Amino acid sequence: MNSFEYVRPATIAEAVAAGAAPGAAFLAGGTNLLDLLKGDLMRPTRLVDVTRLAELGRIERLPGGGVRIGALVRNADLAHDQPFASDFPAVAEALLSGASAQVRNAATVGGNLLQRTRCVWFYDVASACNRRAPGTGCDARGGEGRGDAVLGWSEACIATHPSDFCVPLVALDAVVEIAGPAGRREVPLDLFHRLPGDAPERDSVLAPGELVVAVRLPPEAAAFAAHARYLKLRERTSFAFAVVSAAAALRMEAGGIVAARIALGGVAAKPWRARAAEDVLAGARPDGTVFRRAAEAALADARPSGPDATRIELARRIVARALALAAAGTPARVPALPASPFAPIPGAAAHV
Amino acid sequence: MSLSISLTVNGAARAVTLDDPRVTLLDLLRERLDLTGTKKGCDRGQCGACTVLLDGRRINACLTLALACDDADVVTIEGLADGDVLHPVQAAFLAHDALQCGFCTPGQIMSAVGLVAEGQAGDDPERVREGMSGNLCRCGAYDGITAAVLDAQRRIAEQGKARAA
Repeated sequence: MNSFEYVRPATIAEAVAAGAAPGAAFLAGGTNLLDLLKGDLMRPTRLVDVTRLAELGRIERLPGGGVRIGALVRNADLAHDQPFASDFPAVAEALLSGASAQVRNAATVGGNLLQRTRCVWFYDVASACNRRAPGTGCDARGGEGRGDAVLGWSEACIATHPSDFCVPLVALDAVVEIAGPAGRREVPLDLFHRLPGDAPERDSVLAPGELVVAVRLPPEAAAFAAHARYLKLRERTSFAFAVVSAAAALRMEAGGIVAARIALGGVAAKPWRARAAEDVLAGARPDGTVFRRAAEAALADARPSGPDATRIELARRIVARALALAAAGTPARVPALPASPFAPIPGAAAHV
Repeated sequence: MSLSISLTVNGAARAVTLDDPRVTLLDLLRERLDLTGTKKGCDRGQCGACTVLLDGRRINACLTLALACDDADVVTIEGLADGDVLHPVQAAFLAHDALQCGFCTPGQIMSAVGLVAEGQAGDDPERVREGMSGNLCRCGAYDGITAAVLDAQRRIAEQGKARAA
């Protein structure tokens, strides 16, 4: 780990000014940043500790039913906030399916958005990686293909964004509030993370010094509360990143689907909103056939970066199954194994 | 900025001046404060051996910068027992044979104390296992650990009732 200057600003304005300097990085929960520093994957010369900015630590109900989540709210506190979990159950389930209890107690909302990829070649400093060291190439190409993107990737980079939390958020039209040297601005979460193109080293649209201050969910997002699930395929049942995951939320009336929200995780450099799949479901009766059609629409543009296309079919099945779970209704409480495919689907065969 | 911090460790106020900003809470405890009960396993947040309570919540001390703990309240395995009287979680780990080599045990116990305080698992073994998934045990003492956590939780609840009565 290279050494750094440590500063602890007392106001957002001070934080933005300190964070705008070349080589500066913001520190919040530190659960990803400390790991990156120890691996020499990031070498900031200044850490700007924003954890004392108390105004970023609040969960605020907005008039009309939306919610504003401060960037410093810890994952565990948000997931266990009862009014929040009731209105946005898929978000709570996604949070509780991520990492471990210790990490969720420290990790923050803003840090979750800004966590780096877990691509194993990004993590191995001996490997070529355009995201970590621009221009060096991509050793992930031609690799095992287990964690590679199947949507939105480029020749320069096939890494995926590892967040669970962001998947239901992007499905529910979350907006990111940002403070920066030029003042405040807002960006829809769907436009916050960048696809790699030829500049994979830039994960998000944030400019130097820009600080995520809050994430907002609109009032319409709560209308999906009765039929909202997150489903996450992992290599082990707990404390693992997604192989593929999906958030599915349905607004249902008289047994029919009025509106659908679908997003995928682990398939691209950003949480992937699947609007074409949502269009398939609007006005449909919920059944396995239409869920499968929606899943095929969600992955219509998918292509593997290597010879193995397994994860595209896995993603289709996870989307279809998440829809079946959502149609069956949100459980009264997040299941003992959050987002686990090992939980039975009420009233349906185990294999969709 | 000065590299001096003040924090409370196991109930005692400590003032520390660090010689390097890179020191983690784990290294502060082990190397500067001689509290070696907290173990360094992976040092990357994956094994849970370094679990301590920070302001009452279980966290990985290896992923926490010591400088960020200015004014914090830290409890480690050394701060659990009351003299010779073990904390109920410690006693339950002995009663249920919830360890073999013991290296992960301080982290397991601190994690279990945090889990009981969180109050989310209830008496469901599946929720306890899920809630303890941040603590690896390479000896595979998981059955005993789950039984110990459930038993300790019961004892702590009974103690709470007895005190309230």
